[in-house]
Amino acid sequence: MITDSLTLPWPAQEASAPASLPRLLPAAGTVPVDLRAHLARYGALRYAGGKGRIVAEVAAAGLTGRGGAAFPVARKLTAAAEARPAPLVAGNGAEGEPASSKDRSLLWISPHLVLDGLQLAAEAAGTGTAVLYVRRNQRLHGRLAQAIAERAAAGIDAVRVDVVSAPDRFLAGEESALVSRLTGKPALPAYRSVRGLPRLGPGRPALVQNVETLAHLALIARYGAAWFRIAGTEAEPGSMLATLYLPDGRTSVTEVPLGTGLADLLGLDPAAAGPGVDSVPSAGGPVRAVLVGGYHGAWLSAAEAARLPLANAALRPLGTAVGAGVVAALPADRCGLAETARVARYLALESAGQCGPCFNGLPRIAAALDHLAGPHPDQRARADLERWAGLVTGRGACHHPDGSVRFIRSALRVFAAEAGLHERGRCTGTDPRPFLPVPAGRPARDADWS
Amino acid sequence: MTKRLRVDPVACAGHGACAELLPELITLDEWGYPIVADQPVPRGLRHEARHAVRNCPALALALTRVA
Amino acid sequence: MTGITHTTALWYASRATGVVTLLLLTAVLLLGVLVNRQGRLPGLPSFAVTGLHRNVSLLAVAFLAIHVITAIVDPYVTIGLAAAVLPFVSAYKPFWLGLGAISLDLIAALILTSLARARISRRAWRGIHWVAYAAWPLAVVHSLGSSTDARSGPVLAVLAGCVLAIAVALSWRLSRAAREIPRAARAAATLSRMPARKADL
Repeated sequence: MITDSLTLPWPAQEASAPASLPRLLPAAGTVPVDLRAHLARYGALRYAGGKGRIVAEVAAAGLTGRGGAAFPVARKLTAAAEARPAPLVAGNGAEGEPASSKDRSLLWISPHLVLDGLQLAAEAAGTGTAVLYVRRNQRLHGRLAQAIAERAAAGIDAVRVDVVSAPDRFLAGEESALVSRLTGKPALPAYRSVRGLPRLGPGRPALVQNVETLAHLALIARYGAAWFRIAGTEAEPGSMLATLYLPDGRTSVTEVPLGTGLADLLGLDPAAAGPGVDSVPSAGGPVRAVLVGGYHGAWLSAAEAARLPLANAALRPLGTAVGAGVVAALPADRCGLAETARVARYLALESAGQCGPCFNGLPRIAAALDHLAGPHPDQRARADLERWAGLVTGRGACHHPDGSVRFIRSALRVFAAEAGLHERGRCTGTDPRPFLPVPAGRPARDADWS
Repeated sequence: MTKRLRVDPVACAGHGACAELLPELITLDEWGYPIVADQPVPRGLRHEARHAVRNCPALALALTRVA
Repeated sequence: MTGITHTTALWYASRATGVVTLLLLTAVLLLGVLVNRQGRLPGLPSFAVTGLHRNVSLLAVAFLAIHVITAIVDPYVTIGLAAAVLPFVSAYKPFWLGLGAISLDLIAALILTSLARARISRRAWRGIHWVAYAAWPLAVVHSLGSSTDARSGPVLAVLAGCVLAIAVALSWRLSRAAREIPRAARAAATLSRMPARKADL
């Protein structure tokens, strides 16, 4: 029972609490923050002591997962604290989404925040085993090893941290794929018939948290729930890292309060948009549509996006969500269907190949979308696509088919006018260069998943 | 206590025995994989459902208790 | 050959049921290969293949039981009950009967794990099911060595037929498995079969 945390004031270190954003990243630059600089900026992390102590503070803060699912962290920590035996704690930095670079940026620049958070999560779960799951990248692994060594030399970690490499696949960061990889098997998603903490095996539960979530945890432990809630909205408090793609080609990782207007984020100027034009001007050029939530998220028209905040409460009714914070503004001179078709092909090829509906349906859907992205598509392409989309939804072990279908259906909605033009052999896209980042197609072998 | 049929999509290889044994609740999609009706298994079909579960060569079909 | 007396009736029964058991085991293995490769028997639904595989295996066990019991009870040779399950403890032809005992043990493991399928992990069940491939050749060699029946005449023909059938089935299974698309390449294979669009905008 966490009774003592309700009577004692949280040991806040108000003097060093960042008054404004950014919280997780330095004010400017990408120079990695070493342990000394980390402690100078944030102060030492005084472990609150005892299993479950921090959970009440996290519940009050309303922290939700920053890996895309936005699951309440306090609930996960409580489940972890109650699990027998104590679960393995894993920080998920695989970031399989090609359009997202926030996790690797955070790990490169502020690894100590993530490592602090990992220690706190391990303490909350009452476990002595922690793992950091990171995409296979020599430089990043070197940097993390260095950070862990610094902490070991300073003797500040209670739990040893092992770094495990994630394969370079879209689904490598999926929770059950991560768990599978931790048992030495390939990082393939698993079928889970019961909900709750994932398991590495019978009697071996795991607590998995995104690395950004752990970084926020490290700050809540220092400055408390009230401080955390200064940013964000009542329902969705705090700040988050977003990966932005501006229409002029600039891309950046920025920390923003939840609930920030997409117009502010992207510099959209809806007032300046003329009537009857389906693009919105912005600082970086006219924007046709905005992708929110990454490749399992959804498109919004530029006009819709200009009226919406980066918050699930507003986005969910439109079929999208904040997800892992990817916000991409498609320039008006690109064809949205062609962009989506390119990504859909990538998503199909990233199928784990385990579930019949997925490895049969997604490639067919991608091929049909490719037809729709070209001139005079076959009459049946649209109907086939819809039929296949219905067949794959909910019939895989993981959410890859569902997320991909959500993304593709949103494109058909937002770019409906474009689809009509394609049927007549015309297209409004004048620039054929790809905009959204898609890794070069390489044939997958089973060994690529290990 | 209601029971539902669940397919483990990773284990399922599309043998199709389940759809033959329980056509009232299971049909095959155009690729040979089972589509299970989204409803509890009626009492009258419990026996057939158990038979279908036992006959799946991949052990992919299960009859689970639902609260 | 003299007339069949009551003392040799059991011995003949054991030999006869032995041959039948081997035939049934061969059929079970063939059906097992068919189930694994999702093959069909002409005119029969797919659940018939799995059903036959299971039912023929139970029939094989029944004949195996009679084969073993008649051999033990028969006073013509000394084969104790233990020799049925413990290899190489029989007084009569310990080596050849021992192979039969091992085969029986493996078959027992197969049957027991299959009956308890729902309660054991899929991996455990599959792992033990693989030993099926060992039980059959052991039974064949056991047949060759345990009595002179298989050295000539109709029994040899039956045995040769079984071996030939299994050889064909296994080479078919291996060739199909070798041509199977690896899991990671399945989506790519599907994609490559889809017709590409004819033109670009």
